[in-house]
Amino acid sequence: MKVLVAVKRVIDYNVKARVKADHSDVDLANVKMAINPFCEIAVEEAVRLKEKGVATEIVVVSIGDKSCQEQIRTALALGADRGIQIEADLRLDSLNVAKLLAKVVEQEQPGLVILGKQAIDSDNNQTGQMLAALTGMPQATFASELVVEGQQAKVTREVDGGLQTLAINLPAVVTTDLRLNEPRYASLPNIMKAKKKPLDVLTPEQLGVAIKVHTKQLKVEPPAERKGGIKVGSVAELVDKLKNEAKVLS
Amino acid sequence: MKILLIAEHDNHSLKGATLNTLGAAAQLGGEVTLLVAGSGCGVVAEQAAQAVGVAKVLLADQASYAHQLAENLAPLVVELAAEYDYVLAPATSNGKNLLPRVAALLDVAQLSDIIAVESADTFKRPIYAGNAIATVQSLDAKKVITVRTTAFDAVAATGGNASIESLTQAVDAGVSAHVKDELAVSDRPELTAAGVVVSGGRGVGSKENFAVIESLADKLNAAVGASRAAVDAGFAPNDIQVGQTGKIVAPSLYVAVGISGAIQHLAGMKDSKVIVAINKDEEAPIFQVADYGLVADLFEAVPELVNAL
Repeated sequence: MKVLVAVKRVIDYNVKARVKADHSDVDLANVKMAINPFCEIAVEEAVRLKEKGVATEIVVVSIGDKSCQEQIRTALALGADRGIQIEADLRLDSLNVAKLLAKVVEQEQPGLVILGKQAIDSDNNQTGQMLAALTGMPQATFASELVVEGQQAKVTREVDGGLQTLAINLPAVVTTDLRLNEPRYASLPNIMKAKKKPLDVLTPEQLGVAIKVHTKQLKVEPPAERKGGIKVGSVAELVDKLKNEAKVLS
Repeated sequence: MKILLIAEHDNHSLKGATLNTLGAAAQLGGEVTLLVAGSGCGVVAEQAAQAVGVAKVLLADQASYAHQLAENLAPLVVELAAEYDYVLAPATSNGKNLLPRVAALLDVAQLSDIIAVESADTFKRPIYAGNAIATVQSLDAKKVITVRTTAFDAVAATGGNASIESLTQAVDAGVSAHVKDELAVSDRPELTAAGVVVSGGRGVGSKENFAVIESLADKLNAAVGASRAAVDAGFAPNDIQVGQTGKIVAPSLYVAVGISGAIQHLAGMKDSKVIVAINKDEEAPIFQVADYGLVADLFEAVPELVNAL
């Protein structure tokens, strides 16, 4: 079974995003970029499926300018077999991304598509669900456990209040949650080998997708600052402050 | 303007998240229809009909909707959406699962997790773990939106008098099935709706030690939360994780115990009214957002705090 994994190039999760002075966007100049943490988990899961003999080939796809090839190479170093870059604006909204991915699904005919549950830049949590809708596949979002059994997958999902297990027919779309696995690190020999793995570049035109603008970002502002607090010297002082100053305790 | 709002429920009771989403709908103005889709959920429709601001309740009571699988529910919502200008749902795990599927089938973008309504087509939403607030205009004719419940006041659960209409459509895509639920049992208030939240982090040290956090929570009638570090270490279940990828809370009092205050955790709680931090590391970033900080060993400070209350 072929597994398709989508990865996104995003700001490194340890970096605190800063808003540009003109409030047009977040400043990404000279900021460390990385593979989105949830996408890394998706790649790891695909590699584990290959190690179990379930997956035969792992194709990794990313949408963005040339720089996202760096993240595709990372995924190849982690064990993916082949890469596809779709040359487009990194800031496309999820629906356009899903339409592009749907065309790749149509070409590649994977048995399973794995995405992260959300990208840590836009925090949308939409692409996997939209891709499932466009391809008519079932979806299992926020997965913390994935077991492929023949033509079905049993997926445990993290939902409000606990866990839920679903059985979905393949091909299907699965989006990863944090606890699905612990991604491995790429070894130096594998990073070297990854440079030789095939990486195709496609354009939306080649895929026959017309990019339509659905949303317009008017402004980006920093969040309201909390005013500085105080340090108290003892538990008694804390209780006094909460009762008499903040009035949150009676 | 007509608004279709997807109710959050468990087939037995209407969840508070629905009432907050109704609060957002009230800011948009217009007529609100609430869709209650589930199985054996007639009682939920009756509760929904009493919520203030609801003009009509649509009850889709079918076995195939029992677990609100997106594959079965999305086609129903898409069919109904033809008559509406807005489709709204709370940004709960159900809402997040369903609505993008609906939006794609309608060929419109979805706005996730809005925190403010600026105008009929313009909304504010947090990006980059809440480190930036984007003002976004939707250019689509139909607007599909999930609502951050902590950002909107709940409408009153009673006082309304909407009519209930039963739907007969029964979609079963036949591609997915529910196997089982493993829900955590708790007598404490629900995390996202609680007025007080006490959270523990890596500093708590073990699952057993989480009893210290729980004793304080019980004293304050609070919900218990946890940082990702505490969840990953197995100290607490994942469904109580507070942060960018867990629950977003905004209680009147948030007590962070043994939590350093990573960006991803702050994203889930920094809109709390009053934040208290108890941590032995006085350099911990949590003290930068805390209104009241206490530099102390939690195993001494928390029991002392419980006694003092």
